[in-house]
Amino acid sequence: MPDTILVVVEQREGKLNRVSWETITAGQAIAAATGWTLEAAVVGGTASTFAAEVAAKKVGKVYAVESPKLEPYTPDAFAAALKQLLTAKQPKLVLMPHTYQVRDFVPKLATAMGRAVISDCIGFKHENGKLVFTRQMFQGKLAADVSFNSDAPWFATFQNGAFRGDKAEDGASPAPIETVAADIADGVIRNKPQEAFKEAKQAVDLTQAEVIVAVGRGIKEQKNIEIAKQLADALGADLAASRPICDNGWLPMDRQIGSSGQTVAPKVYLALGISGAIQHIVGMKGSRTIIAVNKDSEAPIFEIADYAIIGNLFDIVPPLTEEVKKVKAELAK
Amino acid sequence: MKILVCMKQVPQKDAPLKLNETAAWIREDVSYEVNEPDAFALEEALRQREKHKGEVVVITSGPARAQQVLREALAKGADRAIHLEDNAFVGLDAFNTAKAFAAAIKDEQFDLIFTGLQSDDYGYAQTGVILAELLGWPHATIIMQIEKNDTGIRVKRELEAGFFQFVDMPLPAVLTIQSGINKLRYATLIGIKQAKNKPIRKVALAEVQSAIGENLQKIERLYVPQKTKKTEHIEGSPVEIAKKLVDKLRNELRVL
Ligand SMILES: Cc1cc2nc3c(=O)[nH]c(=O)nc-3n(C[C@H](O)[C@H](O)[C@H](O)COP(=O)(O)OP(=O)(O)OC[C@H]3O[C@@H](n4cnc5c(N)ncnc54)[C@H](O)[C@@H]3O)c2cc1C
Ligand SMILES: Nc1ncnc2c1ncn2[C@@H]1O[C@H](COP(=O)(O)O)[C@@H](O)[C@H]1O
Repeated sequence: MPDTILVVVEQREGKLNRVSWETITAGQAIAAATGWTLEAAVVGGTASTFAAEVAAKKVGKVYAVESPKLEPYTPDAFAAALKQLLTAKQPKLVLMPHTYQVRDFVPKLATAMGRAVISDCIGFKHENGKLVFTRQMFQGKLAADVSFNSDAPWFATFQNGAFRGDKAEDGASPAPIETVAADIADGVIRNKPQEAFKEAKQAVDLTQAEVIVAVGRGIKEQKNIEIAKQLADALGADLAASRPICDNGWLPMDRQIGSSGQTVAPKVYLALGISGAIQHIVGMKGSRTIIAVNKDSEAPIFEIADYAIIGNLFDIVPPLTEEVKKVKAELAK
Repeated sequence: MKILVCMKQVPQKDAPLKLNETAAWIREDVSYEVNEPDAFALEEALRQREKHKGEVVVITSGPARAQQVLREALAKGADRAIHLEDNAFVGLDAFNTAKAFAAAIKDEQFDLIFTGLQSDDYGYAQTGVILAELLGWPHATIIMQIEKNDTGIRVKRELEAGFFQFVDMPLPAVLTIQSGINKLRYATLIGIKQAKNKPIRKVALAEVQSAIGENLQKIERLYVPQKTKKTEHIEGSPVEIAKKLVDKLRNELRVL
């Protein structure tokens, strides 16, 4: 039997999570490089209802792992159900998107099987028959190629955006779907999750903003936010921030950009004193032009910046604000 | 409540990093600080102790320098500390780090174990969940609030895209704490003084060696990521930079 890759896709309330397609693309790429077979699994209360959507992609087979106990999601039930599937099907490599839900259960699942997860990968390499996964370390300042040093199954999760979901190839004909009833004993599930909810309604919608001035921890103190605000006012831009700024209460939560904040795509995104951690980048990398001011020439934000200004924001920003005002005043004449 | 807090020492956020001779790890002559979410985890443990009484114990694994993290935690109010002290701990994967912790605390009975949601150096986002599985305890991740109740605890999990969720769970349990769950306190002068008399139990590698094995994942090489985007540098004095940038904003990007 050839080795298989199993992609476990993610769904919420019967809707497939967009990043699932990215993981399918990753699986297809690894299958092409290694010659291994690709299969997929959907997990949930009524997984078979959306298995067909996955079966339309170029995969050998889709498992619909079902049990009423898989709804709502709990790490205990998901780890139990997937352990059964993996033990029965014995894939070589198990791939998942690095979502909050996967982070919540995959280390438990792998540990229960005595295996490891290479987490939050951004790519893979197949070198001389050896599969290595690339992941960021030190908050994106360095990258590492990591290999498995254990028997299969190997687990790897891919970072949001690491592969293009729209590049997932369709199959010539729908893949067969096998429904697998997960047997989850009473007492396995210990957590009782309540309904998901959103905190107070968002007062600020930055998704339509044309120009955004975003501040990060480089601003140092709450009172210095004013410096960024003045620039934003001069530009007619919206003010936004990285998470620590909102955690500190220096700006309200609804101005936070990133994986736990808003996702924006303005014409111009001006990042002041933001290091460029992936959780921030996912929220703003769709911006048409990114301008970054940072005193550290190796800050990861410069990897995605169109314009880089290496320097102290306290030196750079005030004259910039003045220049914007001056030019605007001239234009108004 | 008896709470264990896992606190890791990591290179300071803006420390310039250089590869060592093996090119599989960094040169360790940089400044270090406590992993950010771990500081929030400690603060939360101290607050829970203030409400419900009990004990806060902090644990770290790493070389002698990592003791600094424990000293700071004791100064902020932790009762005692455990230091798995050896250079070799730096190179362990999350699976083995969790195994070493489980071995080091086997004679203790905690109600709760807190870890940060991920480390700034490795960024595995796994150690807490693995530890829970090794202990056979339930866990919850990315926690923003903890309330004790009659049957256990109710925690608030952060989900993606601005969603949250309450989860009821029994004790003992492992929670991975998100930055921003609370406001950090500073160590007081008295606290720093008192910390000198608080116990730090040292655990040598030999004591936990039988519990750990070979790493299940191996860093083949570490490197500076290749840039894929063409970036234009804007240089000069601040005033020159302002002029160049405003020119771009106006004539190329057309937002002025
Ligand atoms: C599950 C999870 C979800 C998260 N969600 C989000 C999210 O939604 N949004 C988000 O932003 N983060 C999020 N984070 C946090 C993220 O990982 C980073 O910690 C955060 O983005 C860092 O913010 P920062 O860049 O402002 O601070 P730092 O990383 O501390 O960077 C500060 C930067 O300022 C520079 N600097 C300092 N002084 C100056 C100066 N005088 N002039 C110029 N530059 C200067 C420094 O060189 C440094 O690069 C999340 C993390 C996790 C684990
Ligand atoms: N060597 C260590 N010493 C103390 N705590 C650790 C260590 N490694 C991991 N942790 C804890 O586990 C959390 C998650 O780390 P990681 O799994 O590496 O992302 C950290 O925030 C710490 O709380």
